Amino acid sequence: MKDELKKRIITGPDGFEFEVDPLNDYYCDAPPKVHPPAYVKIVEDLFNWARSESIWILGFGTGCGAIEMRPLMTPRFDAYRYGVQWRPTPRQSNLFIISGYLSVKTLKRVIRSYEQMQSPKYVIGLGSCTINGGMYWDSYNTIKKLDEYLPVDLYIAGCMPRPEALLKGFEDLKKIIRAGEGEGANIYAKNFDWYKANQKKVIQDWDMPDYNW
Amino acid sequence: MRTLYAELNKRFPLGELTVQREDLGFITVEREHLRALLLHLRDLEGFTHLVLLTAVDWMEEGVFQLTYLLSDRKKRCDLGLRVMIARDGASMETIHDVWPTAATYQRELCEMFGIDFPGSPGVHDPFILEGWTDIPPYRREFDTKKYADETFTHRAGRETNDPAEYMKKQLYPDGA
Repeated sequence: MKDELKKRIITGPDGFEFEVDPLNDYYCDAPPKVHPPAYVKIVEDLFNWARSESIWILGFGTGCGAIEMRPLMTPRFDAYRYGVQWRPTPRQSNLFIISGYLSVKTLKRVIRSYEQMQSPKYVIGLGSCTINGGMYWDSYNTIKKLDEYLPVDLYIAGCMPRPEALLKGFEDLKKIIRAGEGEGANIYAKNFDWYKANQKKVIQDWDMPDYNW
Repeated sequence: MRTLYAELNKRFPLGELTVQREDLGFITVEREHLRALLLHLRDLEGFTHLVLLTAVDWMEEGVFQLTYLLSDRKKRCDLGLRVMIARDGASMETIHDVWPTAATYQRELCEMFGIDFPGSPGVHDPFILEGWTDIPPYRREFDTKKYADETFTHRAGRETNDPAEYMKKQLYPDGA
């Protein structure tokens, strides 16, 4: 564990000594809960319609696929006309696009960002690297199967997929959400131990709480 | 390139010169002369830029080859210095005080090849591999595929068919 995460006594600027325990002070590590759907189906359908029409993407490019999102968010392909937009923080977004290969070091940041996002949240795996490792199938440092670590709603195949493929992917994701099948956050909460075990198997130096939102 | 080599050879005992191109050459040097040679090249010959510092693993000979690639921006000329160091307990003198950028290269080499550079700032900090416990991955005895198979889950591929065989089976199921 890193030094800055250890429990220690700190002297403040006013000379007052206090104890700091970063893992407990800065995070809430209560496990995630399953959110039941609304009590009437028509209300839940309304919610899902609203969710599908406001897909906000976390602007976190994990691999080379992030380069495809620049033309997508700028006037040439202009995803904003479909109600899709990019947000700077995990708290404001509900769609995480894993854009390409995911190294173990990045996976750690991805898990933290994913857990900080508000439910309901969706994950798209972009490119063949997220599906089966792609050209990094024998690499010592990239994961090969994204759905072992995060609940993936949709994969977009290709190396790299064109921005048009992403637009089609958004349309498909909207259909999934409207059908009430975009339950990634609940699946994650339900199989939390399984996901954590998989994540900890590849991340050797686990120095964060199990669930940090 | 050859005139420079002749000039340098008067001052330092140098190994052979490999002229790759008119503006790119490599010289093999002993490790104890490297530092003096680097300072000489930087301060007097105009090789002010350290382009890269990298290593090659010659496992069969039991050596690492370090390549210090320098560039003379004015003459548009690159010169690589090759140093052979022993592979067991690999360690090399740091040059971060000659070029501060070397500290990053040395940190990477320490992580990827396990070559120690005592005194280089932050040389043992993890660079891209966090919590790596295996042998350094760029050493050639490291079996990348075996490691990937053991560590990461593999997704089974699609079923594929040889088109000729497949159509034969479809059209003539009784093998006629």
